[in-house]
Amino acid sequence: METKTLTKQPQKSGQKVDKRFKILEVTMKRNHYRQDALIEILHKAQEAFGYLEPDVLEYVAHALKLPLSRVYGVATFYHLFSLKPSGKHTCVVCLGTACYVKGSDKILAALQQELGIKSGETTADKQISLLSARCLGACGIAPAVVFDGEVTGKQTAENVLEKIKNWQQHGEP
Amino acid sequence: MNLEELLAIQKETKQKRQQKPKQIRCCIASGCLSCGAESVKKSLDNAIKEAHLEQEVEVLGVGCMGICGRGPSIEIDPETTLYHNVTLENIPAIITSLNQTKTSENLPPQGDLNHPFFAYQKLIVRENSGKIDPDNIDDYIAEGGYQQLHHVLLEMTPNDVIKEVTKSGLRGRGGGGYPTGVKWATVAKMPGQQKYVICNADEGDPGAFMDRAVLESDPHRILEGMAIAAYAVGANHGYIYIRAEYPLAIKRLEKAIQQAKRYGLMGSQIFDSPFDFKIDIRVGAGAFVCGEETALIASVEGKRGTPRPRPPYPAESGLWGDPTLINNVETYANIVPIIREGGDWYASIGTENSKGTKVFALTGKIENNGLIEVPMGTSIRTIVEEIGGGVLDQGTVKAVQTGGPSGGCIPAHLLDTPVEYDSLQKLGTIMGSGGMIVMDQDTSMVEIARFYMDFCQEESCGKCIPCRAGTVQLYDLLTKLVERKATQQDLDQLEALCQMVKDTSLCGLGMTAPNPVISTLQYFRDEYVSLLQVT
Ligand SMILES: Cc1cc2nc3c(=O)[nH]c(=O)nc-3n(C[C@H](O)[C@H](O)[C@H](O)COP(=O)(O)O)c2cc1C
Ligand code: SF4
Ligand code: FES
Repeated sequence: METKTLTKQPQKSGQKVDKRFKILEVTMKRNHYRQDALIEILHKAQEAFGYLEPDVLEYVAHALKLPLSRVYGVATFYHLFSLKPSGKHTCVVCLGTACYVKGSDKILAALQQELGIKSGETTADKQISLLSARCLGACGIAPAVVFDGEVTGKQTAENVLEKIKNWQQHGEP
Repeated sequence: MNLEELLAIQKETKQKRQQKPKQIRCCIASGCLSCGAESVKKSLDNAIKEAHLEQEVEVLGVGCMGICGRGPSIEIDPETTLYHNVTLENIPAIITSLNQTKTSENLPPQGDLNHPFFAYQKLIVRENSGKIDPDNIDDYIAEGGYQQLHHVLLEMTPNDVIKEVTKSGLRGRGGGGYPTGVKWATVAKMPGQQKYVICNADEGDPGAFMDRAVLESDPHRILEGMAIAAYAVGANHGYIYIRAEYPLAIKRLEKAIQQAKRYGLMGSQIFDSPFDFKIDIRVGAGAFVCGEETALIASVEGKRGTPRPRPPYPAESGLWGDPTLINNVETYANIVPIIREGGDWYASIGTENSKGTKVFALTGKIENNGLIEVPMGTSIRTIVEEIGGGVLDQGTVKAVQTGGPSGGCIPAHLLDTPVEYDSLQKLGTIMGSGGMIVMDQDTSMVEIARFYMDFCQEESCGKCIPCRAGTVQLYDLLTKLVERKATQQDLDQLEALCQMVKDTSLCGLGMTAPNPVISTLQYFRDEYVSLLQVT
């Protein structure tokens, strides 16, 4: 058993005013600081902070009285947790079987070429993150692509590129 | 809540629905939502208001109607007119057509409910899908919901329930096909006060979305099925482990749980019986291996989702070391009808060793994409050519993939095989959870095998070496083939390695990872050979 005492305050003084830690605190409280709620809490943390920064992981470990290694272990095991910040927009291409059979690999290839990054990376201007997924459960309308959280079906390389261009043009300089 | 109150809600809701002569049902499950169903429903709502038809027409959001490839879909009752690909431009025409004296142009394409797509189906799991509002518990109660739970709690012993489920011949729909009754009996027999029931809603197989549709369309059916299971095995706490990729299903489940609690259908002393039951939701975080039951349990406990050797099975030592029943979504969805109609009725549907119906996600290069529910024993040909309407763009079927990364390909000349656990296994594939992906003449089987191996090497949890290293080696060998750099020796090595990984891996992921390779080698060896480097 870990013997660290439960601190309700963030570790660094500068963050005391940070509202995001409050959200996190409320979530942990709602889960009664139960160690088995770690995954739900990390979900919430990622939602609030955009990604799992080291400070946040430390904070969670401390509050749940878990060894930091365990928290890191979980955060790195699951694909949906990210320890890196992502871009302003995200584009997720489904590479599940139904989408693949209908050509989603070509969509991804076109995007990689256009953006000059690989799947899992973010453009240098931090505008667009490109990701791939393993089946979104929207196979009936394959190939499926998620633009900023919105699933759209029956995509082609052309209209995906158009969407990306829109983002690029309307993004901040 | 008691039975009278339940029946009163049923009656009242039915009456309310009948008050208005017309009903427009709009699919609001994810498939159609991603084609714009939400705005279609909103504008229908508005248009009805503008035309002052609120007294006559009810617009209802409902779950999945099955034909997901042609969304948004709406259905108008009592005529049961089905429309596909509905756009906002169609709305005025639809409103006009409600008044039957006028026919109108500009209507969306009309679906034919006598089409083989619907005619060959038999709905048990999906009987309420597309009919009821998944966000409204009263709608579920109107269809007889929670009456079977009442029946079980007040008129049956746990043993009676298990007997009925055993009699039905239901086998687990999560992939393994283990007899559900036997599993329930095992957990029931275990000593101990604390037991759990878990619903596996991880649905990790790429190309499968049956569980999602059931959860989004009829969430209370899962809650009722789980409660009946809990009573039968002696559990009072349930968990639904659901993947984070299904936010709408999560939202609807959360709402359903709240509503059930409010009605006293969940909590303590349900229907004034001594039975207590509550359900918590656990959201996954994107790991295919977490569908494996021991990994899933670790994940529910908030840990890394890595499998452990079995035995002990979860039935003996599961969540927190206590006896745990774990079943798939579709398995639970079959429970209410089995209790309602009896095990014998269920066993009369299907074949000798595969009873009832199975929901398939029919996708790929096929005309009619979507969800279908057919009696076990239906031939793959019927599914692909009749229900599915054949291959897209008048192509030809080359193979049908079932069972996802643990399965294999059925070649065109074996399409007459009936869908059954055993017949599929004989062909070197499996029923799996129900993904069915049609591939046409242009698909390279070696590339498909490589595609699945890529999936497995990425999803391998890394705990045991045969799987962690073997899948990478297999992937590299397949890549060599695809790039035409492989020799006969590589092909031999590929085959030997498949066997090794299959025989020595710790969990189902590794044990079945080579299946797509073995299966395509069996039926499409030519393709492998033709890629070999000429020396
Ligand atoms: C790698 C792997 C992934 C699995 N994924 C799922 C899944 O996503 N959903 C599911 O219900 N069962 C899945 N299973 C099967 C479960 O381990 C388990 O057998 C099943 O949930 C039992 O329920 P049933 O008897 O109702 O089928 C998976 C198994 C393995 C080995
Ligand atoms: S077979 Fe693969 S997924 Fe299963 S325990 Fe071994 S490494 Fe992990
Ligand atoms: S394969 Fe892409 S959504 Fe299922």
